[in-house]
Amino acid sequence: MSILAAEETHNPLIPPLGEIIVGLIAFAVVYFVFARFVAPRFEQVFRARREAIEGGIERAEAMQAEAKAALEQYRAQLAEARSEAAQIRDQARAEGQQIIEELRAQAQEESARIMARGEEQLATARQQIVNELRGQIGTLAVDLAGRVVGESLAEDVRRRGTVDRFLDELDAMAAAGDGRSDGAVVVPESNR
Amino acid sequence: MTSSAVALADVLAAEGGFQAPTIQEFYPEPLVSFSILGIDFEITRITIILWIATAAIVALLVAAVRKPEVVPGKLQFLGESGYSLVRDGMARDVIGPKGLPFAPFLGALFFFILANNAMSIIPFAQISPNSKFAIPLVLAVIVWILYNWVGIREQGAGKYFKDAAIPPGVPIGALILVTPIELLQVFIIRPFTLAVRLFANMFAGHMLLVVFSLGATYLITAGGIYPIFGVASFAMAIVMTFFEILVIVLQAYVFTVLTATYLAGSVEPAH
Repeated sequence: MSILAAEETHNPLIPPLGEIIVGLIAFAVVYFVFARFVAPRFEQVFRARREAIEGGIERAEAMQAEAKAALEQYRAQLAEARSEAAQIRDQARAEGQQIIEELRAQAQEESARIMARGEEQLATARQQIVNELRGQIGTLAVDLAGRVVGESLAEDVRRRGTVDRFLDELDAMAAAGDGRSDGAVVVPESNR
Repeated sequence: MTSSAVALADVLAAEGGFQAPTIQEFYPEPLVSFSILGIDFEITRITIILWIATAAIVALLVAAVRKPEVVPGKLQFLGESGYSLVRDGMARDVIGPKGLPFAPFLGALFFFILANNAMSIIPFAQISPNSKFAIPLVLAVIVWILYNWVGIREQGAGKYFKDAAIPPGVPIGALILVTPIELLQVFIIRPFTLAVRLFANMFAGHMLLVVFSLGATYLITAGGIYPIFGVASFAMAIVMTFFEILVIVLQAYVFTVLTATYLAGSVEPAH
């Protein structure tokens, strides 16, 4: 039983030196290839992937920022447009107010002018009437004096009566024109 | 003939009942033997499996990064997932901000162990080079040298050995106990357990599979009611194969994450 005889010499925890050297070489081969080629390539892939992901995130962030800027701009424009509209409204209101004021002032001026002209006309008319009346009174006085002279003295009583009537007429005229400088023309109150 | 086939022949030829597989499983007949500078080399089928696993993982990794794309293909994605697990989950998160330079080493460690472990269930290989103590030992010694060297480089030899011997915050009286334990742990137990954990898992996994497979073969040919148990044994071999897949990935992960933990302790002073 050669197997049994050989078994005596084998201790599994004491390996022959040859096996150790072979194992060392085998691991050295794997380590060399792995450290030299495999791991750097893997690292390279990891880096490329990380960069790709980070690049994607960066791009997305840039786009988001752009969109945000556009929104801000839009909002600013909207606010500007609103304030402009409000300004225009205010201006229009102010202008309207001004126009009304102007019109009112104009109307007042116009009415004042009309009134002034009316008064002027009235004054002119009165002056005309006074002048006319003065002329008539003279004529009347001359007429009356002629009549008085032409009457017979016999008719003393009638003559007296005529004079009296004339005087009465004058009195009445004077009474009606009382308070006036000339006392001859009566101007109705409502016309003033 | 594979060692398992030899064992199978023994099982079938056995007169006196079932012969369990022995440690001889792990010492197949050398195909070539030679000696260089007084060191004996034996090329066995396990040596060939080691080189197949090494070539396969190198080829796969190179193929994965041959045309790197930002949007990865299937193979690149697979490679990236494995490397990210090591780079982000261990180098960056376990070791810390100074950990990224160690990512290639940890990655090579992880993929090398994974490929060699995987050979334990690849048909026609069905034995992991890691079930030979030599390979885990080599890896553990490399890790041991690395974390001690990094510790000395980052903290200075004096501070590194002082912190290892006298952990800060320990009462002086307790140092009588703590100092030997700490020194033993950092300089002997860590590399030893690291190597043995991986070796023993792959060793035991292979033994389990062989026992259930040979048991099934033996029982099915034994006659009587034994074939029923043979079927159960065969089913168990299948179940253990799936369990072995878990162990393959888990042990590769554990070895690498522990390496990262030790490196973390060397990069940053103990806290």
